Amino acid sequence: MTYIQLSYGDLALPALLVVMDGVLSIVLRLELERQLAIATVRMVVQLVLVGYLLTFLFAAVSPLWTAVAACVMVLFASREIVARQKRRLPGIWSYGLGGGCMLLAAGTVTIFALLTELRPDPWYHPRYALPLLGMILGNTMTGISLGLDVLTNSLVRERAAVEACLALGGTRYQALLPVIRDALRSGFMPIMNSMAAIGLVSLPGMMTGQILAGVDPVDAVKYQLLIMFLIAGGTGLGTLAAVLGGAHLLTDHRHRLRLDRMTLDTFS
Amino acid sequence: MLTVSGLKRLHISVSFDLQDGECVALQGPSGVGKTVLLRAIADLDPNEGTVRLDGALREQMPAPAWRKRVTYLATEPGWWSETVQEHFTAWNDALSLVKCLGLPEDCGPWAVQRLSTGERQRLGLVRALMLRSRVLLLDEPTSALDTASTAAVESLIAARIADGTSVVWSTHDDAQARRVSSRIFAMRPGGHIEESRP
Repeated sequence: MTYIQLSYGDLALPALLVVMDGVLSIVLRLELERQLAIATVRMVVQLVLVGYLLTFLFAAVSPLWTAVAACVMVLFASREIVARQKRRLPGIWSYGLGGGCMLLAAGTVTIFALLTELRPDPWYHPRYALPLLGMILGNTMTGISLGLDVLTNSLVRERAAVEACLALGGTRYQALLPVIRDALRSGFMPIMNSMAAIGLVSLPGMMTGQILAGVDPVDAVKYQLLIMFLIAGGTGLGTLAAVLGGAHLLTDHRHRLRLDRMTLDTFS
Repeated sequence: MLTVSGLKRLHISVSFDLQDGECVALQGPSGVGKTVLLRAIADLDPNEGTVRLDGALREQMPAPAWRKRVTYLATEPGWWSETVQEHFTAWNDALSLVKCLGLPEDCGPWAVQRLSTGERQRLGLVRALMLRSRVLLLDEPTSALDTASTAAVESLIAARIADGTSVVWSTHDDAQARRVSSRIFAMRPGGHIEESRP
């Protein structure tokens, strides 16, 4: 397997394309040049640091460092889920529900793939575990944040309908079922769209990366199929757990709708 | 008999008894807490105090079972499905009530959005009456109705009261309060009630 190596100098020319975006922003008065510059610097610094960090982790092959890296990834993803919510859950649950469900779903699916499909030695080898977890986390995060966002907003919008069902003797799950269904549909939609369009509209980054690195395209496709199946499973599991958990937290044991437990993010 | 003792929710603090087959009118200016009180009795919001039905504590039965016996009807009832009949477990059984309130008998497959505010209010009442609850907590149930429809609703509820159903009827209409009730509870700013006879 051979691939064309790039030096940092080789990246200077393509970086001019970002400069071109900045010039466009100035000429067209889009006022995006500052944000663009910050985003570009952040991207370069973050990726370079991750490159060195992964090099260290791959050399160490330590279960402790691998677990620490995985936890940090889950924490950042939890923060991202909260940042995307207009209405937030109470207290520790604002981070805990999304983070916990993501850890449950992405962790389960990643360990399943490591133990049954890839079988690296050792099974937690960071070269396999971390990229796999990263890809599954990224997609599960999208599903969970969309599901929770639709759940909380729909409960506010459909409050009269939910409470009408409760007032007539419905249980909290009977009353919330239409809203739960909408939230699950929204959470599943991105991965379903992605699965339908893959190969025709888009070539996924991981597969492209493998092909550029010299892997046979058919082998790269097999890897990509594995990843897509894992992402679909992780997204389904995580979104289901988060939406059901959110529905449980926004009602109480007396089957009352508890919208008072939500806080509105006035900055989003 | 419904017994409400030291019921507290937000600024209101209320105690009263409601006999079987009795209707009490609940009056007071907007924002005084009539809806808050009715929702608290139905246990739709967190509240403190003791509420009993025939001596049985509300907390001793599951909340859905309580609300099937003590049913709250909002001024503007909510709808969770597309068509009218999807909101009823047995639509055909509801047809006599639908007809009684002057609603079209063929409105079952209609989309809820097609209905006027008054039609939705009457259908919400039909939906609640289908439960045959022991206590009805009616929150301005005729606020969107014309005179004829209001009379039909009052007549239907009177028949239920005669059968032993107890009713708390919130209304801004003094004449209606006198017509339908045997006692009037006037809610005062501060959340307490003053009782009078019509």
